[in-house]
Amino acid sequence: MNIRETAPRITELEKISTRTDTRDYLAKAAPTKEKLKDWLIVDVDAHVNETAFWSEVTDRIDNEVLRYIAEAFRERGRGPGLLNANGPLYQDVSGRIMHQQNLSEPTPPGLHRQVQLTQRAMDALGIDYMVVFPTPMLSLGMHPQADAEVALGNAYNRWLIEEILPQDKRQKALLYLPFNEPDACVETVERFADAPGVVGFSVTSTRHKPVWHNSYMRLYAALQETGKPLGFHAGFSWADPSFQQINRFIGMHSLSFVHFNMIHMTNWVLNGLPERFPGLKVIWIESGLAWVPFVMQRLDSEYMMRTSECPLLKRKPSEYIQDMYFTSQPLERSNMKLTQATFEAISADTQLLYASDWPHWDFDAPSSITKLPFLKEDAKRNILGLNAARLFGLEVPAAKSGVKASPQRVAVPAE
Amino acid sequence: MIDWMPGEAMNEIMVGELSEFTEGGYRVLRVDSFEFGIFRQGDRLVAYENQCPHDGGPVCQGKVIPRVEEELAPDQTSRGLRFSKKRNIVCPWHGWEFDIETGRHCGDPKYRLRSVDVKVRDNRVYVSVPPAAL
Ligand code: FES
Repeated sequence: MNIRETAPRITELEKISTRTDTRDYLAKAAPTKEKLKDWLIVDVDAHVNETAFWSEVTDRIDNEVLRYIAEAFRERGRGPGLLNANGPLYQDVSGRIMHQQNLSEPTPPGLHRQVQLTQRAMDALGIDYMVVFPTPMLSLGMHPQADAEVALGNAYNRWLIEEILPQDKRQKALLYLPFNEPDACVETVERFADAPGVVGFSVTSTRHKPVWHNSYMRLYAALQETGKPLGFHAGFSWADPSFQQINRFIGMHSLSFVHFNMIHMTNWVLNGLPERFPGLKVIWIESGLAWVPFVMQRLDSEYMMRTSECPLLKRKPSEYIQDMYFTSQPLERSNMKLTQATFEAISADTQLLYASDWPHWDFDAPSSITKLPFLKEDAKRNILGLNAARLFGLEVPAAKSGVKASPQRVAVPAE
Repeated sequence: MIDWMPGEAMNEIMVGELSEFTEGGYRVLRVDSFEFGIFRQGDRLVAYENQCPHDGGPVCQGKVIPRVEEELAPDQTSRGLRFSKKRNIVCPWHGWEFDIETGRHCGDPKYRLRSVDVKVRDNRVYVSVPPAAL
């Protein structure tokens, strides 16, 4: 019999709750972080929770009447008031996942609470740069009043530029375009394109506005002029008539995020926007990847029969799509053969950008990329950070450039 | 504070009195670098490593909640959702749910939590800890 004589250290671990410090919540990401410490990690889609600081946003509404209305809503009590709601919010699976809704972990005085929360996630996951998007405002494109979208969209942009981005140079943003009002979008680009920390612009995809409409051409020209990319950030709408047939959040959420980006991408390609604005880089954000090969093949095969309907195209639709950028999350990987084929179809080595979606319920840690069995180390480094660094012009520390200083091989993390 | 006592078998560690594990409750412990959850179901204890098979999340530190079932009438019409007597351990990273009795994912049993050997002797709870952790 072999009996240990010295006392082991026994500690009791706390159960996780909405008060758990992000660094504790994500502590188990530490081994991957350690292995990747000389890798550049850029997270191209994470989220702030802007309604937790809503008065800071609404105080920045340009229009005095809408600002007054937002204040009046606020005096009624909780709730974001002027912002439209988006149906029942089941994201946390009724309290099973505790890092998205009702976050109440304490933060000390000092930097803005949102900046601190983002920093904690970056530190826990080993992320060098994090590009942030809003959360409830992802459905602002369905607001019945276009002027409310303009007011809140620009107020949010100002909040990021004035309060958040200056406090941490590693936090970046693709600003909000009030896309239901095309001329206002041009003003947003002209007003904010040069603000520090702004690496591009985004359309929240949940809306019913056709991207091919002539009223948007000034916007695309202005964006192309800045050299900064345009992202389409997916979202859901359970109120959409087709989705009202779906009785479970899982079904609506699975399809709705993809649905809106599928429509915008189809319009984008078939109307020859890549030919009209060849210098405008486009990113498809938070709709996963599995839908992309479907759209490529479907459009290619119909294109061969109905070329007359898209005369601006000089190549097959899939060839334009291969020039676009995609964020990785939520990365479908229950069938690795399909995942590998998808990566090949979209030229992932150069076009794919890692995204965590933190703090949302279906987030992907960097291990979602490092664990993929079919990728070489160079491809993993590109996807996890170097592609984004090139796209956004981010500074890359020499030690993280992926260029080996010595002939020694750097091992690919195997988990 | 848990007093330590060597167990009988190799790497067996006494982690507490049975009374410290309340009926229906659970605790998550770390012995040196080895983390596990101990779950009490009636008189029975089960224990699993605190490492989710999905992406390594702290599965035992999440919630334990009853499994949701859908009740069907004999004619296959749905009578709606209800809670079952079975309980699941829910990983707090992404919500994967594991049967507390078997450790298997309730939607795809090929994914399972790694069991940890736990025994009760003389009202004391002993856990076998892998040698590498000590
Ligand atoms: S790590 Fe446990 S559900 Fe994802």
